Amino acid sequence: MATTVDKPADLEQRGDHLRRASSGNGGGLVPAEGRLPSVEDRSPAASTGIWVGLTAISMTFAALTSALVVRQGASTDWQRFTLPSVLYFDTCILLASSITLELSRRRFACALGGLRTSVAGAASWLYLTFVLGMVFVAGQYVAWLQLRHQGMYLSTNPSGSFFYVITAAHALHVLGGLGGLVLVVFRMSKSTLRRSTLDIASRYWHFMDVLWIYLFLLLWFKM
Amino acid sequence: MHDAPAHAVHQHAAPTSFIRKYVFSLDHKVIGKQYYGLALIAVLTGMVLSWLMRLHLGWVNLKIPGLHLLSASGAPGDVMTPEYYLQLMTMHGTIMVFFVLTTAPFAAFGNYFLPIQVGAEDMPFPRFNMMSFWVTFTAFLVLISSFFVGDGPTLAGWTQYAPLSAVGAVAGPGQGMGEVLWASAIAIFCVGQLLGSLNFITTTLDMRTKGMSLWRLPLSAWAWFITSVMGLTAFAVLMPACILLILDHVAGTSFFVASNLVINDQLQPHSGGSTLLWQHLFWFFGHPEVYIAIVPGMGVVSHVLIANMRRPMLSHRVIVYSMGALAVLSYMVYGHHMFVSGMNPFSSLAFSFPTLIITIPSTILVLIWIGSLYGSKLRINTASLFALGFISLFISGGVSGFFLAQPSIDIMLHATYFVVGHFHLVMAVAAIFGIFAGSYFWFPKVTGRMMNETLGKVHFWLTFVGAYCIFMPFHYLGIAGNVRRYQAFVDDYLVGLIPLHRFITVAALITGAVQLIFLYNLIHSGFRGEKAPLNPWQATSLEWSTPSSPPPFDNFGGRHVVVYHDPYQYGIEGATDDYVMQDSPAQIQSVRDEK
Repeated sequence: MATTVDKPADLEQRGDHLRRASSGNGGGLVPAEGRLPSVEDRSPAASTGIWVGLTAISMTFAALTSALVVRQGASTDWQRFTLPSVLYFDTCILLASSITLELSRRRFACALGGLRTSVAGAASWLYLTFVLGMVFVAGQYVAWLQLRHQGMYLSTNPSGSFFYVITAAHALHVLGGLGGLVLVVFRMSKSTLRRSTLDIASRYWHFMDVLWIYLFLLLWFKM
Repeated sequence: MHDAPAHAVHQHAAPTSFIRKYVFSLDHKVIGKQYYGLALIAVLTGMVLSWLMRLHLGWVNLKIPGLHLLSASGAPGDVMTPEYYLQLMTMHGTIMVFFVLTTAPFAAFGNYFLPIQVGAEDMPFPRFNMMSFWVTFTAFLVLISSFFVGDGPTLAGWTQYAPLSAVGAVAGPGQGMGEVLWASAIAIFCVGQLLGSLNFITTTLDMRTKGMSLWRLPLSAWAWFITSVMGLTAFAVLMPACILLILDHVAGTSFFVASNLVINDQLQPHSGGSTLLWQHLFWFFGHPEVYIAIVPGMGVVSHVLIANMRRPMLSHRVIVYSMGALAVLSYMVYGHHMFVSGMNPFSSLAFSFPTLIITIPSTILVLIWIGSLYGSKLRINTASLFALGFISLFISGGVSGFFLAQPSIDIMLHATYFVVGHFHLVMAVAAIFGIFAGSYFWFPKVTGRMMNETLGKVHFWLTFVGAYCIFMPFHYLGIAGNVRRYQAFVDDYLVGLIPLHRFITVAALITGAVQLIFLYNLIHSGFRGEKAPLNPWQATSLEWSTPSSPPPFDNFGGRHVVVYHDPYQYGIEGATDDYVMQDSPAQIQSVRDEK
C-alpha cells in the first residue's frame, strides 16, 4: 500500500542507440567539437525507419519468391534458360560498390573524428560507389538484352517473366539507392551531411547488395 | 541530444498559406482529418452502391431512375444488367474494404491521435505522411475513374480471383481497362499505406516522450501500432501481386492464367499459369487486412469504455498480447478462404487449426471487455453505446466464424450469404461501430465542440437495430443455400427467399438513411455545437492534456510533456477528481499496489 509516484521510465537510452548504431563503422567515433555543424544530431527515427522500410522490401521480394516457386511447381511448361553471363560481372560490381561505400564511410568517420583534415577521400569513394551502382543498373539492362537475344521475352515463358520482373524490381530499388547517394553527395559537398544519414544510406545499399546475392542464387537455381 | 527528433519536426513555424495549411499539409492532425474526409466520401459512395444492389436483388428488373446516367450500357432503360450488378458489387467491396475500413479507423484516427498519445509533436517523416494521404487519394480517383472509362469497372469481385481477373476484355464488361484501373488503384493504395505504416511504427518506437514506456501507451495507440506492423507486411505483398496482375493484362504474361483456357469460344494465348497463385498472394494480404480493419476498433473501443467505466480493463497487458496474437495468427490462417479452391485437403486441415486457435485471443478480448464492464457504473453516452454495439456485433459475427473455420462445414456454407453475413458483422459493421465510437469520443478534441447527444443516441439505436435486421437474415439465407454474387433468384429453392431479400433491402435503405443523422450531427455540431471543455470525458491520456481543442500546431503548445503514470488512472482515491492525468506529477496510490 505504498504511496508512490511512478517515476518516468528511463527512456534516455538514445545514447545507447547511438553507440549501437555506430558500431562497425570504424570504431564508433564520436564527433569532435567544432566540426561539421550538424553531425552531433543523430536521428534515431530515421535509423528505425530504414529497418522498417527494409522489412517491407523483404516482404515484397518474399512474395515474389513464393510466387516464383509456386508458379514453377504448378506448371508443366517451365522453360529453363541460361542466365545472361553479364550477371556474374554485375554481381562483382555490386559487391565492389559495397566495399567502396564502406571505405567512404570509414574516411568520413575519420574526418569527423579529426583524424583526417578533409572529407575529400570520403567523397571520392562515394563517387566511385555511385558510378559502380550506375554500372550495375546498366549491366542489368545488358542482361535483359542478352535474354532477348536468347529469344526469351517478357511474355515468352513464365520463367522469363519472373526473371524480368524480379530483376526490374531490384534494379528500381537500386535506382532508389542511387537517389539516396546523390543526396548524400550533395550534403557532403555542402558540409551538412550527418553521419546518421550516411549510415542509413549505406545500410540500404548493403541490403540491396545482400538482396541481389539472394535473388541471383534464386534465379540461378530456378532458371 | 535526446529530444532532437521530437523537436526537429517542428523547428519551422506553423504554415500560414491555405495550400500548406489545409491541402498539402505536413501536420499529422490535418492529414488525419483528410483521411477521415476521404473515408466519409468513400463510405457514402459504397453505401449508395449497396442500395442499388439491394434494390435490384429485391425487385429484379426494377427501374432505378437515373441509373442510365451512371452507365448507359450497364443500365439500359434504367434497368441494371447482370454484369453491371457484379460491377457495382465489386466496387462496393473494394471501396469499403480499402478506402473506409482501412483509412478511417487506422489512417484517420491513428494519424490524428497516435503522435499526441505518445507525447510527440508530429510523426518523424511528415513528408512521407503527406504523400501517404495524397497517394491514397490518387488511388481512390483511379478506382472511381473506372466508372467512366470504357465499359465500366471490373466485375471480378473485390477478391479479384484469377483467371477471370487476368484474361482481359474477353471475360466481360470492365475486364479490360476497368480491371487494369482496379489493379493500378490498389497497387497505388498499397504505396500510400506502406508510407503510413512506416510513420506509425517509427512514431511508436522512437517518438515517445519522456516517461512514455511502451506499457504506458493507451490501448488505442497499441492497436494502431500493431495494425501498422500488419499493414507494413500485408500491403508489401499485395503490391507485387497487383503488378503481376497488371502485367498479365498489358504485357501478355501468364502468371495467373492456366493453359488451354477457352473463354467465349476463344482460346486464350496464355500458358500454364497458376490460378491458385493469385489466391495465395491475395489472401496472404487479405486475412491480415481483416484485422487491419478490426484491431484499431478494438483499441478505440477499449479506450472509450475505460474512460466511461472509470476504471481500467481487467488486464491491460492481456489485451495488448491478444491483439498481438491476432496479428501474428492472421498470417497463418489465410488458407481458410481457400478450403474449396482445390487446394490439397491436408493444407485445409493445416489452415483450419490456426483458424480455430485465432478464436482464442478474440474470445479473451471479449471476456475481458465483458468482465470489466460487469459491475462497473458505465456512463451511458453515444460513444460508450457504440463501443457496446461494437462488442455485440463482434460476438455475433465472430460466433459464425467457429462454423466456417471447419472445412467440412465450410464446404456447404462457402460462397453463400452465411459468409457474407459473417464478415459484414464481424469486420465491417463492427469496425464501423468502432469508427462511430471514436468519432463521438474524440469529436470535442478535434473540433472544440460537443456533438449532440440526443441525435447521437437516436443514431445509435436505429443503426444498431438496422445492422442486425440487415445482416442476421444473411445467415439464414446462407443456410438455406442462397449463393452469394447472384444477381437474381430464379431457381425454385431461391424464389421463396425473395421476400426476405426485400425485407433486407428495406432495412438497408432505412439504416443507410439514418446515417444522414450522423452526417448532420457531424457538420452542424462542427459549426454550431456547444463549446467543449478541454477534457469533457475526464479522461487521462495525453490527447486530453493539450492546451486547446483542437490542439495547437505542435500539439502541446511548446511544452515538453513528461509522463508519470500508466494510461488509465481512474477511480483514484484522494485525487481532486477520480482520475489522474498521465502527465500529472501528482502522487497517487498505484492501482497495482492496491491489488
